[in-house]
Amino acid sequence: MTAGTGELTFDHLLGLEGMDQTRITALLDLSQRMKEIGERPLKKVPSLRGKTVCFFFVEPSTRTKMSFGVAAKRLSADTMSLTASGSSLKKGETLLDTAMNLQAMGPDILVIRHRAAGAPHFLSKHLSASIVNAGDGRHEHPTQALLDMLTIRERLGRLEGLNVAIIGDIANSRVARSNIFGLTTMGANVRLSGPATMIPKGIDQLGATVVPSIEDATDGADVVMMLRIQKERMGSDLFPSDREYHRQFGLTKDRLRNAKPNVIVMHPGPINRGVEITPEVADGPNSVILDQVTNGVAVRMAVLYVLAHRTGGAK
Amino acid sequence: MSQLKMARRLMDSGGIQRALDRMAIQLVELNEGTENLALVGIHRAGVPLAQRLADRIKRAEGVDVPIGMIDITLYRDDVFIGLPQPVVGRTELDFDVTNCTLVLIDDVLYTGRTVRAALDAVMDFGRPDSIRLAVLVDRGHRELPIAADVVGATVKTSKVETVEIELTEMGAAMDGAAVMVKA
Repeated sequence: MTAGTGELTFDHLLGLEGMDQTRITALLDLSQRMKEIGERPLKKVPSLRGKTVCFFFVEPSTRTKMSFGVAAKRLSADTMSLTASGSSLKKGETLLDTAMNLQAMGPDILVIRHRAAGAPHFLSKHLSASIVNAGDGRHEHPTQALLDMLTIRERLGRLEGLNVAIIGDIANSRVARSNIFGLTTMGANVRLSGPATMIPKGIDQLGATVVPSIEDATDGADVVMMLRIQKERMGSDLFPSDREYHRQFGLTKDRLRNAKPNVIVMHPGPINRGVEITPEVADGPNSVILDQVTNGVAVRMAVLYVLAHRTGGAK
Repeated sequence: MSQLKMARRLMDSGGIQRALDRMAIQLVELNEGTENLALVGIHRAGVPLAQRLADRIKRAEGVDVPIGMIDITLYRDDVFIGLPQPVVGRTELDFDVTNCTLVLIDDVLYTGRTVRAALDAVMDFGRPDSIRLAVLVDRGHRELPIAADVVGATVKTSKVETVEIELTEMGAAMDGAAVMVKA
């Protein structure tokens, strides 16, 4: 079997909204091939030799940034990195000025994380480098959703027709939004559940169903995706306490009983153990949390590979 | 493909069978037996050819030689020069290549660039004792100092022509090899 990039001509990866089934499938197929490289004794191919990938993380990130870094290095790209704390953004330079300065150093691909939704889209209109959205505010985190879909497809063989429960702080979650776009496009049934204060109005218009309790969400579920309670993103009035949240929406072994027997449990990390998920479930046989991390590198390799072709071919 | 027409036929189904019979024997001869011999098909047509050669070696010598497949897309030197985006295929080398006599198998040897990439790809998996090259058709026009050790047929071609190998494993109704030109 071959994995085509023939279907894939991306200028940027800004989000999964509007990306069709053919392209998502082609990206996942390519990711599967990239995963093989990570299983070799020598985990590196010369494919992106001479290409430069710049990481521009205005918001803190450990695993996403490291995952992109590993991905770039496995493809032999050169990497450079700018983080908010050490950057001139702190000195009052605008986002565009900083980005223009980065561009002047000639990166082929710019991977950006920013607290403002739409920041990657804005930069894509002004820069000639390819932009990858590594998370913009509460908006999208496309590579996370792609790695989630790769993990599901690998474990369950398909995406179409699966019942996927996404549980937690939907309002603040770009992971949830990208997954809703991607999973519904691929024909999965997405059910959302969380405290009423964390379910944004109109989210059902994206094609997902909002259900009142965690039990309604996990009932017959093939996949249960827990979201992290984002303490840094919310005021204290959204829910009373960690314990209260855990009692109502925490994933326990008991609450998995009404799901399908081979249900897989996912979490984008980092985990708040004992809050949204018990250690017993997070480390249990249904958990694929560490597979997600492995697949993240593969997906990011595929994305960088496809975008590098664009920068090489067009100019 | 549809805009190509056949200029001349090189081998029919029987011709390919006989060429592979001979190549299998030559491979064993070259290696002085089957010890440490391993066949690696280059994606795509090299993969079924490697299998066919392994089947023949099994029949003649009673030995299963390890087979693998490699895709060289990520090792190519021409991916950024504006060609259509390449397709990445599966790489599977489930045996230890170190100390093997490893034979790369491809359908057509032309510029030698695919073989150059395949050499790099294989060496990332270990250190074979030696690497040999077996191709069904050598059509000339090398751009690199690369030569095949075992060849099914050597043909003279011009650069505007292409050589097309059809194999039943790849969906063809019948095996065949032909020189094609633009219609």
